[in-house]
Amino acid sequence: MMEFATLRIWRGLDAKAGRWETYEVPFEPGQSVLDGLRWIRINRDPSLAIRYSCINANACKECMIELDGKTVYACTARLQQGEMTLAPLSNKKLVRDLVTEIAPPAERFAKS
Amino acid sequence: MRAETDVLVIGSGAAGMYAAIEAAGEGASVLLAERSLIGRGGATVMAQMTVAVALGAETPDHWSHHYQDTIAAGRGLCNEPLAQLLCEDGPECIRAMDDWGVGWARKDGRITQAMAPGHDRPRCVYVDFLSTGPAVSKTLRTVLNKNAGIRKAGDLCIVELLLTDGAVTGAVALHLGSGAPVILSAKSTVLATGGLTRLYRRNSASANMGGDGYALALRAGASLVDMEFVQFFPIGHLAPRLIGMDPIMWDPFRYKLGGRLLNNRMEEFTQRYGVAEDGKYVITRDLGSYAILKEVEAGRGSPHGGAYLSFQHCSATSLREAFGPVIDRLAANGIDLTKMPVEVAPIAHYHMGGIAADPQMRTDLPGLFAAGEAVGGANGANRLSGNAITEALVFGRRAGRSAASHAKRTRAMPGRADNVHTALALTAASSNRELNTAEIVQTLQATMQDYVGPLRSHAGLVHALDTIAQLTRELGDSPPNDGGRFDMRRIDWFDLRNMLLVARSVSEAALARVETRGAHQREDYPQLAPDWALNQFVRLRDDRVVLSAATSQVGAAVAS
Repeated sequence: MMEFATLRIWRGLDAKAGRWETYEVPFEPGQSVLDGLRWIRINRDPSLAIRYSCINANACKECMIELDGKTVYACTARLQQGEMTLAPLSNKKLVRDLVTEIAPPAERFAKS
Repeated sequence: MRAETDVLVIGSGAAGMYAAIEAAGEGASVLLAERSLIGRGGATVMAQMTVAVALGAETPDHWSHHYQDTIAAGRGLCNEPLAQLLCEDGPECIRAMDDWGVGWARKDGRITQAMAPGHDRPRCVYVDFLSTGPAVSKTLRTVLNKNAGIRKAGDLCIVELLLTDGAVTGAVALHLGSGAPVILSAKSTVLATGGLTRLYRRNSASANMGGDGYALALRAGASLVDMEFVQFFPIGHLAPRLIGMDPIMWDPFRYKLGGRLLNNRMEEFTQRYGVAEDGKYVITRDLGSYAILKEVEAGRGSPHGGAYLSFQHCSATSLREAFGPVIDRLAANGIDLTKMPVEVAPIAHYHMGGIAADPQMRTDLPGLFAAGEAVGGANGANRLSGNAITEALVFGRRAGRSAASHAKRTRAMPGRADNVHTALALTAASSNRELNTAEIVQTLQATMQDYVGPLRSHAGLVHALDTIAQLTRELGDSPPNDGGRFDMRRIDWFDLRNMLLVARSVSEAALARVETRGAHQREDYPQLAPDWALNQFVRLRDDRVVLSAATSQVGAAVAS
């Protein structure tokens, strides 16, 4: 049975000047928030920025975001009916939309 | 932005990390570049359980036995020198990992070795259920971090290899965190970018594995080999929806408890295809995929289009004994194995083909090396279970050594590369077309799954090639570019440029091979043809994919 979640997502390149965008996302019970974000990219807005590698295994640990104010992995948080608010990690430097700089400093590119 | 280094390693799975460690150990300066985050983006971190190696810790063993099994699994197409290297050097690398504290499972002080399909004796070491890959990755990352000679850089998407007088001299990358191009000058470059599973709708690996290394090598002028051989893992999770677990998670369950593969009449069926299982896990991957898809075709598939996998004959106690907390994670997803079967179906898992390399991991371009799954040939037409991590470690180590030695012999840092302007122009380009790149990825994945998947035919492959050509035209010559950081459509565009070229290579090679062998199964040519005991090489000439076939001693065919 198809249900709908309302994802309210923070968008922008500047942490102080972002905007909220809202998407209706169809889902089957059991699906993850990352499933919903990937659905939005394909069906609504391919520019939505999200960081992930492993999709479903919770092995890469790259898809950390804030869901209703709590830090979660988008791949293990489940889609639910009603409104869900998604924001980038507030304690990390913003890159874009839901993507933040989560790599340790020694693992980032630096000019030689 | 720019950086200089003796050795540039592209990709930070086990192969890339081991290459970096080894090259630094030989005194080279190393830059380890990763598309995602160091040690997290590739396939290694997702490896579930088994690593095949002739340690003889439990049962006497010798690398030559492992080699025999590898060759048999490869259905006559293994590059024998590469297969030998994998098996012969495996024990040393596994012991090195043990010294570095990976924590191979032990019983009475001896490393435990499990039996796996296709092996003649218990040969597979592991860390624990679902944790072998993360442990391997973490261990190598720790060693990496102790090494001052290695610089690490995540969020670097490699756009093109640099060429100076026919030699590879580094790469141009896009730094995703800033959107700026980066020139990486290097005396040696190692491609450790893994395979191409992202080309398929159902896949078991990372979203970054779209065959970048293959495309980079092809465009630089190197050859690829065995591109038609994509391994499908027969029992990837299909239903009910299960999150937080890798879809190939049922493999360890089958290793430990057997399990029964059933059709929608709740009958075991693999015996119809030549392998009776009797509750044991013995069917090889190519036959398993074939058997399941044929049952589905005959109308005997499970509701979501696969087969049932049942552990209902196992007691709750034995399930918990074997899998402890995983049973709770299954319960959180509404799955009780004592009461219900799950549905499974083939899922793209590994690529046997790849960059042609010799046992020193040299490609046919000076200065370019390959490592891990990116290397083609060692596993022939079908990979033996457990060989992927072993090959990542062994080939990574060898590539690191060769790359360092090449850098040592190269006196000066390379000057301006011949193609640096073209590559930089592409990173600066911007098309203002409204392109739904995410949708193009989805269309490509569906096409590859349905027409270049486990079962293939002439008509299907021709259809796939048409679709790929159409998507390539749609993609156009320049990327979307909004000038900002982490521009997803721009990243997708560069990914698709590689994915479409690699998809074309796989489809062309699959179309040409008019027989069924290992993972390449042609419905219109269902038999193995002895005169097809050949390896097909792929090169790019004037943007055309050109195939040539040679007898299966690939090592001899690569210029040394």
